[in-house]
Amino acid sequence: MTAKTIATARKFKPLLFILLLCPALWMLYQAVFAQQLLGADPAKSLVDQSGLWAIKSILLALAMTPLRILTKQTFFIIFRRMTGLFAFFYALVHFLIYSILLLGLDLSQLGNELTQRPYIIVGFTALLLYVPLAITSTHGWQLRLKRNWVRLHKLVYVIGILAVIHMTWLKKLGLTTTWPYALALVILLGIRILYSMNNKRKAQHKKQHT
Amino acid sequence: MLILTHDVNAPTSSEITPESHYLNRRSFLKSAGIASASVVTGTSGLILPQSANALALPYAPIAERPDAPSYLKKKISSRKLASKNPTGETLTPYENVTTYNNFYEFGTDKSDPSANAGTIKVSPWNVKIDGLCNKPGTYSLEAWSMVVPWLGFPLADLIRRFQPKSNAKFVEFHTLLDPKQLPAQTGSALPWPYVEALRMDEAMHPLTIMAMGLYGRSLPDQNGAPLRLIVPWKYGFKSIKSIVRITFTDRAPVSTWMRLAPSEYGFFANVNPTVDHPRWTQASERRLPSSLFNQNRRKTLMFNGYGNEVAGLYKNMDLKRYF
Repeated sequence: MTAKTIATARKFKPLLFILLLCPALWMLYQAVFAQQLLGADPAKSLVDQSGLWAIKSILLALAMTPLRILTKQTFFIIFRRMTGLFAFFYALVHFLIYSILLLGLDLSQLGNELTQRPYIIVGFTALLLYVPLAITSTHGWQLRLKRNWVRLHKLVYVIGILAVIHMTWLKKLGLTTTWPYALALVILLGIRILYSMNNKRKAQHKKQHT
Repeated sequence: MLILTHDVNAPTSSEITPESHYLNRRSFLKSAGIASASVVTGTSGLILPQSANALALPYAPIAERPDAPSYLKKKISSRKLASKNPTGETLTPYENVTTYNNFYEFGTDKSDPSANAGTIKVSPWNVKIDGLCNKPGTYSLEAWSMVVPWLGFPLADLIRRFQPKSNAKFVEFHTLLDPKQLPAQTGSALPWPYVEALRMDEAMHPLTIMAMGLYGRSLPDQNGAPLRLIVPWKYGFKSIKSIVRITFTDRAPVSTWMRLAPSEYGFFANVNPTVDHPRWTQASERRLPSSLFNQNRRKTLMFNGYGNEVAGLYKNMDLKRYF
């Protein structure tokens, strides 16, 4: 990555940060100043909004590598960590609003929900898997874990899949309403598979000719 | 489910339609010659009652829709409102009732119906009656009677006019099919038109209401204008909206949700806290409106609290099997 590329990326990073923060600020504004905008079921509206932004952010984070591959612009990688952390942030907010506001921190109710609503198990698993990724997202951890860092962070694919299953499972109409997200996920993961297959083939080709 | 539950000491069905609430006896279907549609105070869906001052109205008056057909306007301006809320529970505000509901013909979000309604033309409105009855035909809506908060009349009164034959065991209802008026019908979220059905004894039950208004005014488009069903002891999707066809039949019809997901939705769809939806529990509900810090959660009651009135319809039936 050239110094110029890094400088360009650094310039756009604060802009992306503000953009990704907007949904959270909007939710806060609605909750504090404009509850009528949240409708008849305000806590559920906040749970839905934060969950949707968690999904959107994780898809955006997963889009960074394909964008790099397709555009050959390496600076997308500079946005990847921040976008991924936003996804974790929205997922955490989603879980906290759900357990504090919707369940009123009633642990027995939480137990019921976990056993009786299987989609919650899926969502909760996705969040738990996300915790080590958020913790080890720093440069220091990256150096410490070396190759294992890459292995660990491949978990984000599993998390993305679980998140979309969670969302699809809880909708009355299922995929009929969530297919755009599922399709985006399939495309983003598909590009990676094709790219790595292509790389392997190239490597093999090279081997044969040396 | 966001459906009304009733107090244990809520009125029995006979109390729900007291003589004092018979405010207007009007013709409903002119060409059918229906002289007197009765008035029912019924509650369902998001409408939930409260202990009200016996003399004060249980809710503030709501302005009539400006485009209400003249015959409706006339009936409404001459109406008297019931001054008592018979169920004794807090009413969900009109604002919530009309902006937070499912009407997939306008979109799959609960805010879609109010955002997208306005394309449907509810006057004039024709209802086709066919199947196993002696007086089939196409009838025009002409007037109505009222209730608080749902305004309507027992479906039984309507059915009797068409003289169903003795082999008619079920009544099937169809929603309007017209993508110009119901824009989400251009998509394929559900197989259109929306179809629902009741067994004849359920349809004839006095709690089964044909509603044409709510909160003292005619139905907003997003709530199923001009004519919709209310079956207060069943889940909300049974209460089909904007009805254009009523058919009498001898075989159990397949409703829209049954066709879409037979393992998740049965014919009866009675509110039943002991039978879970395969993907979620149905043991408790949150009474709307909720607030950020009070979810208003309560246990769901068998038959939505109407057990005394309707349990007899399902005697000796395994409700786990016939869900």
